[in-house]
Amino acid sequence: MSGAELELRGISVDYGARRVLDGIDLHLAPGELACLLGPNGAGKSTLLRAISGAVRPATGTVLIDGVPLDEYERPALARRLAVVPGQTVVAFPMRVDELVALGRVPHEHPLLGPQAVDRTAIDHAIERIGIGHLRHRDVRELSLGERQLAVLAMTIAQGAQLLLLDEPTVHLDLRHQVDTMELLRDLATRDSVTVLAVLHDVGLASHFFPRLLLLDDGRLIADGEPRAVLTPERLRQVYGVDPRFVTVAGSPVKPA
Amino acid sequence: MLLASVGVLLLLVTLVVGVCFGNVSIAPADTLVILGHRLFGWPAAVTWPQSSEIIVLELRLPRVLTAMAVGTALSLAGAVYQGLLRNPLADPYVLGTARGAALGAAIAVLLPVQVALLGLGLIEVFAFVGALLAVTVVYRASRLGAFSSLTSVLLTGYAVGSLLAAGLAMTMYLSGDNLRQIFNYLLGSFALASWPQFAVSLLIIAVGSLLMGSRTRSLNALLLGEEAAAHLGIDVRRDRLILLTGATLVTAASVAVSGLIGFVGLVVPHLVRLVVGPNARLLLPLAAVYGAVFLGLADLIARIPGELPVGVVTAIFGAPFFLYLLRHYRTGYAL
Repeated sequence: MSGAELELRGISVDYGARRVLDGIDLHLAPGELACLLGPNGAGKSTLLRAISGAVRPATGTVLIDGVPLDEYERPALARRLAVVPGQTVVAFPMRVDELVALGRVPHEHPLLGPQAVDRTAIDHAIERIGIGHLRHRDVRELSLGERQLAVLAMTIAQGAQLLLLDEPTVHLDLRHQVDTMELLRDLATRDSVTVLAVLHDVGLASHFFPRLLLLDDGRLIADGEPRAVLTPERLRQVYGVDPRFVTVAGSPVKPA
Repeated sequence: MLLASVGVLLLLVTLVVGVCFGNVSIAPADTLVILGHRLFGWPAAVTWPQSSEIIVLELRLPRVLTAMAVGTALSLAGAVYQGLLRNPLADPYVLGTARGAALGAAIAVLLPVQVALLGLGLIEVFAFVGALLAVTVVYRASRLGAFSSLTSVLLTGYAVGSLLAAGLAMTMYLSGDNLRQIFNYLLGSFALASWPQFAVSLLIIAVGSLLMGSRTRSLNALLLGEEAAAHLGIDVRRDRLILLTGATLVTAASVAVSGLIGFVGLVVPHLVRLVVGPNARLLLPLAAVYGAVFLGLADLIARIPGELPVGVVTAIFGAPFFLYLLRHYRTGYAL
């Protein structure tokens, strides 16, 4: 299966009378790896939610593989697009393999449940993330980092070709952050999965993502490779910090 | 599979034992022959008095079957409410069914007319309608959005429940000589079970159970929350309504025929989850079977010393057993 193509045409989203996203245009080619940056309240999560269909845009269209979002059947969309939340809370005791199995919900038979092909996908996903040793543990007893890996395995089992991640590394230590980034890069290059992630760590983003999207106050103000996007002026303007504190792709940002 | 087989076996044993024992003693051998002779046409010489046959077939058998159907209904509804609300403390009465039904029954007791149709008196009908109305009000009043925090539903349920409780207290206060009748209803009992009543409640419980059983996939996805379930391709609004409707129908039917029986709907789903985990495809069928066994046995225990309220029995025997399991059962599913 090839990666999915994502296109946004003039997306605006209102929460009540407040416009939180204003005319976003965006195109991601199959297998592209992009990171959405911006200060708190810039509209990053809202943009992900508009793409996944969780909020309805006031204007504009989201197209996945050229087809408007509204025209997808729910399970068909879920087979194409997966969302990784920053935090996952399960209400009841649940084993890791049972959590991963939930990734097969859009594929499995509605009444008979997972079949052989689903079980193979679950095993593959657990293998790929390297959490075989956690397989029978209770999700709620895992560390936040291990839990996030289990959620990533569930996403792999879902087999989607477009991944939206909302701060996937927020609870992870350095080792797990890097592992997660490498996994995303691997998914993009090897399986040509299209990846759009929201991150807060500018350094991590500029190191691992060839394309950064900078969102400020509901508008997309820059789009391109890290050094072109994260200029000292923009860092000062958008985040209101001294750019000397920021490292982009391994070296400090030089004031202009 | 093992658990399912053991459950079905227990179900049959409970059924037979439940029919054999009661406050009129009939030899178990006679009971079995009566059942076999009348239900399956076994050739047997009639050596028992007519009264034994009436007790077994017209009193005990519908009673045991009703208890089992209600046990199934309450366990399923409990499992579904817990899953939908993502709250381990939820039980079938959480959205106001109990108090709606109680108020309905109390009002029926006070009405001067007495009508009965198909073994269902005014009390049963009013209780059923009261339970449905209560949940409808809660559901409407909490204005569920696409992905609402279900805390608002719980709080609305609590608020509406308190209002109904006030109405119930008022009705009981005004009821005078009828107080005991209302009180008996509130404690729960299968003493008045009959074939027509069993048939009507079974029909409603079957429909509700099918509704819930058809949505196991959605219940599984909902373990991660409503938005995550939507991202897994679930139509959350529609399936939430289907599950709520099923759970509420079976609860209302149960409350109508048996009064308020606590504990079953809270504990049986948890017991099953402790052993097989949260997967609804295993949880629902096993909760249905073990709920039937649990309430069938509880009713048996309730009638051996005379007539105890069955709700008292479920609590007396269920609570310590549950505490024991919580402390000693280790399967990796720490609760």
